[in-house]
Amino acid sequence: MKIGIPSIACGNFASVLNIVARSGGKATVLDRPGQLLECTKVILPGVGAFDHGMRSLNEGGWTPVLHEFAITQQRPILGICLGMQLMCSGSEEGVLPGLGWIQAQVRRFQLPKESPLKIPHMGWNTIKVRRQNPLLATDEGEQRFYFVHSYHAVCSDENDVIASTWHGSDVTAAFARGNVMGAQFHPEKSHRFGLALMRRFVELPC
Amino acid sequence: MLKHRVIPCLLLRNGGLVKTQRFRDPVYVGDPINAIRIFNEKEVDELMVLDIEASRQGREPDYQLIEQFAGECLMPLCYGGGVRSLAQAKKLFALGVEKVCLQTAALSDFKVLREIADAFGSQSVLFSLDIRNGMFGRRYAFCSATRKDDGRPWQQLLHAAIENGAGEIVLNAVDRDGLMKGMDFPLIREATRDLRVPLIAVGGVGSLEDIRQAVEAGASAVSAGAFFVFYGPHRAVLITYPRYSDLEALLQMKST
Repeated sequence: MKIGIPSIACGNFASVLNIVARSGGKATVLDRPGQLLECTKVILPGVGAFDHGMRSLNEGGWTPVLHEFAITQQRPILGICLGMQLMCSGSEEGVLPGLGWIQAQVRRFQLPKESPLKIPHMGWNTIKVRRQNPLLATDEGEQRFYFVHSYHAVCSDENDVIASTWHGSDVTAAFARGNVMGAQFHPEKSHRFGLALMRRFVELPC
Repeated sequence: MLKHRVIPCLLLRNGGLVKTQRFRDPVYVGDPINAIRIFNEKEVDELMVLDIEASRQGREPDYQLIEQFAGECLMPLCYGGGVRSLAQAKKLFALGVEKVCLQTAALSDFKVLREIADAFGSQSVLFSLDIRNGMFGRRYAFCSATRKDDGRPWQQLLHAAIENGAGEIVLNAVDRDGLMKGMDFPLIREATRDLRVPLIAVGGVGSLEDIRQAVEAGASAVSAGAFFVFYGPHRAVLITYPRYSDLEALLQMKST
């Protein structure tokens, strides 16, 4: 089994590689899109602005191969943070269309002026798991994750949302539709909770 | 979830971890990567690494080493030491660091905080202020790079940092550093009066009770070094961290 990470120009992958290794998997950073199809699973991480991320995918030739991997072949793919947002239809943060695998718009947090909450939503927060899903346990008590984001995915189909978190309102913390999965938080920075999620991803049949 | 963070603070010197007493006499306490691994296992929610020589030697952060730390950390990492510019902060964030902490550069020009805050958000830039007790109980801001009195009133420096975008304050009581004999609670109380941003109190933690009292005095978070790396009266090196449930029970009493 091989987990591939496209080396798009947004982010540092050391901590993702590290958590995959700790979860019993093996991840490799891929230089060329062609290598994607040699992988059984893909993780799409990323930090930064939406258009920058999409441009990086488009210009590097990743987009069509990712479609092949995720949609035609339906192999497991996990987006983290910006990587998750890129899986959506589009974002208020940019003008480029997203990958469009999940019917969702990425919107900026709207907090009332008097709110003590801040944008970005940065720090640990607890999540509420909404339904049975491949990534998150539904029966393990409080789970907390580390978040850093100013935008969040608003899914057209509520059923795609597998977990939510509270930051002024309920926002999507993770989604899943078949083989396409995304986490808004950083499992690689969320010690045992992140490890548990990654272990589930690594152990998914493929 | 913990309402108040309890953050181990690791001091870096020539690539190794040290612990000081009153900002002097650094004693080698081990390998940083090993320490990070232990704190991973202990499920620490945040880690702070400060290079205590970088600014003094006028050198840049050791990017290669910090990249290793960030890769190893299963929790968010705050780095301080030798950060002087937006470009350096940007480089650190790209390596996987979540927050940067500044003192020397900010004291010479607070605008650097504003630049980093404008580019990456206030939540990612911290200002650290070291306080010493002078004659007649007068407290003053101690510049750790020059080991001198800054001269300006310390409260003024705190507010200048916040006005310039610092999202958190790290307040260290130098005279308590490494002694594990309790924190300067009156200082914490005074500093947090009318403070708009979270304050991380450092210096002197010797027991869980100290952590609780610091929170009661107004600290949003408490950081400690010696308390987490030394064990017993002879200061044997042993990395420890309280159980999460013990911290939860300890810090339950206050919600704001």
